[in-house]
Amino acid sequence: MAKRIGMEVSIAAAEAVKQANADIIAAYPITPQTHIVEHLSELVNNGELDAEFIPVESEHSAMSVCTGAAAAGARSFTCTSSQGLILMSEIVYAASSLRLPMLMILANRSLNSPLSIWNDHSDVMAIRDCGWIQIFADNGQEVYDHVFVGYRVAEDRNILLPFILNLDGFILTHVIEPIEMVDQEVADRYLPPYQPLYRLHPDHPVTMGCFGPPILFTEAKKAQDEAMNQTMPHIIKAWQEFGDLTGRYYNPVEVNGTEGAKTIIVTQGALGETASVGIDQMRAVNEAVGLVKIRLWRPFPFEEFRKAVKGAELVVVMDRAISYGGPGGPLASEIRAALYQEESRPRVVNFIIGLGGRDVSPGDFVHMVERAKARPGEWYEIHGVRE
Amino acid sequence: MDTYLDRLNVYASRLVSQKEYFVPGHRACQGCAEALALRLVAKALGRNNVIACATGCMEIVSSPLPLTSWDVPWIHVAFDNTAAVASGIEAGLKVLMRKGRIPTRRINVMGMAGDGGTSDIGLQALSGALERGHNMIYVCFDNEAYMNTGIQRSSSTPFGASTTTSPAGTKVHGQTTWKKNMPEIAAAHNIPYVATACASYPFDLMEKVKKAADIEGPAYIHILSVCPTGWRIPPQSAIHAGRLAVETGFFPLYEVERGRYRLSVDLTKLRPVEDYLKMQGRFRHLTDEMIAEIQERVEKEYRKLEKKVEMTSPGSAD
Amino acid sequence: MAKPEHEITWRDLNVGYVVDEPGNARIYRTGDWRSQRPIYNPDRCIRCGMCYIYCPDMAIRILADGSIEHDLYYCKGCGICAEECPTGAITMLDEEE
Repeated sequence: MAKRIGMEVSIAAAEAVKQANADIIAAYPITPQTHIVEHLSELVNNGELDAEFIPVESEHSAMSVCTGAAAAGARSFTCTSSQGLILMSEIVYAASSLRLPMLMILANRSLNSPLSIWNDHSDVMAIRDCGWIQIFADNGQEVYDHVFVGYRVAEDRNILLPFILNLDGFILTHVIEPIEMVDQEVADRYLPPYQPLYRLHPDHPVTMGCFGPPILFTEAKKAQDEAMNQTMPHIIKAWQEFGDLTGRYYNPVEVNGTEGAKTIIVTQGALGETASVGIDQMRAVNEAVGLVKIRLWRPFPFEEFRKAVKGAELVVVMDRAISYGGPGGPLASEIRAALYQEESRPRVVNFIIGLGGRDVSPGDFVHMVERAKARPGEWYEIHGVRE
Repeated sequence: MDTYLDRLNVYASRLVSQKEYFVPGHRACQGCAEALALRLVAKALGRNNVIACATGCMEIVSSPLPLTSWDVPWIHVAFDNTAAVASGIEAGLKVLMRKGRIPTRRINVMGMAGDGGTSDIGLQALSGALERGHNMIYVCFDNEAYMNTGIQRSSSTPFGASTTTSPAGTKVHGQTTWKKNMPEIAAAHNIPYVATACASYPFDLMEKVKKAADIEGPAYIHILSVCPTGWRIPPQSAIHAGRLAVETGFFPLYEVERGRYRLSVDLTKLRPVEDYLKMQGRFRHLTDEMIAEIQERVEKEYRKLEKKVEMTSPGSAD
Repeated sequence: MAKPEHEITWRDLNVGYVVDEPGNARIYRTGDWRSQRPIYNPDRCIRCGMCYIYCPDMAIRILADGSIEHDLYYCKGCGICAEECPTGAITMLDEEE
């Protein structure tokens, strides 16, 4: 019988990677991802995890090592944040175009400059178009669970795309949460060994990564686009199977009190938990405010999102990154795009909050909703900045 | 009259396997000695081989979708990460064999890149891979510039050479720095095997590649690859140019095996560098002063190398 | 991939555009590039095989009796074989037309 253990989320994530029987761990230290990789190196050196731990000399090489290993047919893992993600981003695009399954845990951290080791989403938002499947975890249990889901989805023959699991740096990585661990036997049943479609092996020589002349490049990209567009039903199925085995069912979008709510707050990541408390506070004074948490970021769950906000008049979107010179935050611009063709559209107001680790309290949500109601039109603003 | 230093092996051509793992139909220029070197490397490594390749001439000419010149597994990812990708393949195969998911057997893993992809943009990944001690061969095909993008200079471009980004102008006369010594950088990582080679000495090259493959741990081979297009020489002179590079001491052929230096071609006297420089368009603008400077430096470097051979020979005081 | 390039559809591509026909570049006729062709004189040939070793395009075959044969499908006419032949058994001739 599974019992809940209080565990630092980073450690839980590493334990999940061990239980997922990863073959290759290639990572470079960067705050706040360090505990995950440190624990993995302990597990390897104590013989608890049979994997090759490759202490690479940069994140760029971490992703390159994972790409080579995945091409050889190994289950690969890397973990990074912020600057490290951007440094490896050159190869991140290649991994998805080459359709190589692997798992990246991304401990979301702000991008320089100024240097900040603290949490926001500017790192992951910089690689929106990279072609990986991406989810945001809201709490420790989700982080742990999605290591298994991540590999299961990535390696699915109907999918074959790499997977990013986002968790907020420090806010999730360094906190102790109750985690219900999965029995190894259940993990093994859910996640069989990786069977690559193609592998680099002399018995069946293949060429991977040709150059694409103009006459064929579009076709290659169309194939990649189609691949991403067809993943949704398989992701849902993978979640369904996980739920059947563990009792924990996940959806692309998580709703809280949206029935009949005229105002809906939209969040991604751990902010959702804080927002839940804020919403309870507002409901306590008879304010009908709902919460929509976007778990699946790529492919964006257009249908599920539209359904979740149906009937709302005001959608207040929380962004943890700025798109300079653009329409505010990246999440809000995607949400506006999702709603554009709807017959009746809610007003979309965008707050940029929690940059570089700035604390966000439940009370902040109350203020933001008040402000959104008071000021007409659609706009964005950085919340909590001292003027 | 050229002395064919490989005459001892001249009749061994017919003993070499006729199987090609890098097949004809590739799009290299006429007379490309880099393609020749690659052909010989592939021949020496044989079937049990997985190759990670950097962006560059050899990548482009051998992999135009939907065609491939490769009869062995081959992957191209990017320009700057060959050694890292090769590390990943090596580690991946190792762990898969250890876990019994694929049968255990010897498979060579090779990373290949040009001079740019090795001594410039790929240096970090190479250094990391060598330090970590992966069991792999790294081959640098050095045509002394970024040839595929249009003959721009690299840190491997020899002093004085005219390239499109170090042109022979009226104020500055070509490349202003001396060629980066990549084999020495590799040797400084204390890896079990480092060697230099040239396709003009084909049997020496193939022997070194086989040796590198047999050695446990990282091996580095630096191959001078004559590029008629970029060096401005007629295509048919490609092999001749390579010989001159070796005979003048410009590109000495040697090995460093577990720290022991050994010359592959022991030249009693170096040919004047002018013989090598004057036959190439990229050096046509050199003044007598520059040639003298080059001559002096080449001799100095060659003497340094001979000293290392002496100091590391068995019986010498360590 | 037997189809000509401009007829290949996105569905024809393998997952990850992997090419699983090793060495299929053999269909590409690099022989069209040349402006000079090699002429072989078997009487001067000493069967050393160096031309075979030095050909960057693998366009020379060593036959059972040790003599050689050029593969004009691939030969780019670079002239290395003619240059390197120790007895001058190969000469280069301009392609007509």
